[in-house]
Amino acid sequence: MRVTQGTFSFLPDLTDEQIRKQIEYSLSKGWALGVEYTDDPHPRNTYWEMWGQPMFDLRDAAGVTQEVRACREHHPECYIRINAFDSERNFETVRLSFIVQRPTIEPGFRLERTEAAGRNVRYTLHAYATDRPHGRRYGGRET
Amino acid sequence: MNDTAKVVPGPGRSRYTPGVIPYAKMGYWAPDYVPKDTDVLAVFRITPQEGVDPVEAAAAVAGESSTATWTVVWTDRLTACDAYRGKCYRIERVPGSAEQYFAYVAYDVELFEPGSIANLTASIIGNVFGFKPVKALRLEDMRLPVAYVKTFQGPATGIVVERERLDKFGRPLLGATVKPKLGLSGKNYGRVVFEALKGGLDFVKDDENINSQSFMHWRDRYLYTMEAVNSAAAHTGEVKGHYLNVTAGTMEDMYERANFARELGSCIVMIDLVIGYTAIQSMAKWARANDMILHLHRAGHSTYTRQKTHGVSFRVIGKWMRLAGVDHIHAGTVVGKLEGDPAVVAGIYDSLRETRNPENLQHGLFFQQDWAGLRKVMPVASGGIHAGQMHQLLHYLGEDVVLQFGGGTIGHPMGIQAGATANRVALEAMVLARNEGRDIWNEGPQILTAAARHCQPLRAALDTWKDVTFEYTSTDTVDFVATATAS
Repeated sequence: MRVTQGTFSFLPDLTDEQIRKQIEYSLSKGWALGVEYTDDPHPRNTYWEMWGQPMFDLRDAAGVTQEVRACREHHPECYIRINAFDSERNFETVRLSFIVQRPTIEPGFRLERTEAAGRNVRYTLHAYATDRPHGRRYGGRET
Repeated sequence: MNDTAKVVPGPGRSRYTPGVIPYAKMGYWAPDYVPKDTDVLAVFRITPQEGVDPVEAAAAVAGESSTATWTVVWTDRLTACDAYRGKCYRIERVPGSAEQYFAYVAYDVELFEPGSIANLTASIIGNVFGFKPVKALRLEDMRLPVAYVKTFQGPATGIVVERERLDKFGRPLLGATVKPKLGLSGKNYGRVVFEALKGGLDFVKDDENINSQSFMHWRDRYLYTMEAVNSAAAHTGEVKGHYLNVTAGTMEDMYERANFARELGSCIVMIDLVIGYTAIQSMAKWARANDMILHLHRAGHSTYTRQKTHGVSFRVIGKWMRLAGVDHIHAGTVVGKLEGDPAVVAGIYDSLRETRNPENLQHGLFFQQDWAGLRKVMPVASGGIHAGQMHQLLHYLGEDVVLQFGGGTIGHPMGIQAGATANRVALEAMVLARNEGRDIWNEGPQILTAAARHCQPLRAALDTWKDVTFEYTSTDTVDFVATATAS
């Protein structure tokens, strides 16, 4: 399966050139770029690992792409996303967030159903990858 | 003492002599009045009956929407009546019209109960709309002072928190309304929800008149729908939702339905405008207390918002709903099948999404409005839109909006999932191109064609609906244009 979180997951994986243009767009808006990675793709996993802090003072796209490259080298089998953070009053939130790397194989999720009173069902989403401990979740490779 | 008392004839005395005097002379016409920052302001479009002086008609509107009755009453003098009177402080002819006038009325904030749309509207659109000396009357816009805004909860969730909960940023959200709107069983209904969500939509929606009928009772719909929502989430790794309509005959029934939706883990519930202002405020309060997004379908509004001469402009309804506390509100598509002039829609969207609106007559905003930190409402564009219009939709409506493609998803020739995928790919391709600095207004069709090269469902959608447009003249338009045209 393909996890379709993020702004552009229904498009073919973005090329480095396309990624750079999105970073430039974000910088032109005054947003701070941040790189995050995870090996737990659960949709409620809000806090991915930060690859350093959001780059509030960096205004050069090349600096961001360099961080993406470094993160990819260290975590070749993780999900990596770029977040663009807007500190403007009444936003103060992420304005753009897109995936720039995926594991080679995305095993997806199991939906666990627990039958409850009446016809109610309790649903739990379980990422197959998280059956293994951190660091060995995708293809057993060190991530 | 008595022998020294004198009766002094003067304005005070004649004003309260029993009988009927013009409203304009009763203090409701106050051309010298300078509105206070704390006043509630309203602008009405007035069409006086033939032979009725527009100033008198305007004063009558100010009077009937505040303290006046048809005749002089001495009991006014037991009150600080000057302060309680609505004051028409300005009147002007509507551009291009011989018989219509804009009347601006200021109301002291103390005339209104804090936090009650019912109280506000009972005055502003109460008796006055049936008043005989005006042939027609329309409430065009309102300015709600900060002091009054702060007495309302505002949107239960708001755009920012909604996006954070859904983990969806940087693009409009995508939805669809299940069709056919009546007749599907719970199980069949859930099928449509599952297909559309798995295919790529973020939300699916109950229609306004899906409540609890013989073909599908509400509990059945909720149970099957939540199976569809959770299953689609497992297939995609995304947060998905379905607006469960909790509209019912009584408040007790609505709470029962909303509580069941919460128990099932739904992230959003829905109400119809026809439930009334107080019920809407109650549901907003419930939604805030239960971490629920509250979607409002504006069923019924066109009966009073569409015609320019009489009723209430939708921009006012939108403002009231932001105060009342809904998170989503249907607010026009511009390009779809339903009424929506681009300038009018832009003004409405601004008043829902911005924190401060400058006066903008070209967009129908008569007043500056400060929202004082009240959260932002997500507008919803629904009705006769399809993937081929994606560049126009993004251009007109921007990013913080839910685009709802009902027929444009479910009517797709390759099926519902394909329809949803076509819309999602079209949307993401257009946002990507816009961010890259492309001129989407002019290059939109080429951008879509290029995206369709890697997406057969989008190709099929573009082929099926390429010539579908709804080009009719809008009835609700703005009266002010940016520049006078030479003629």
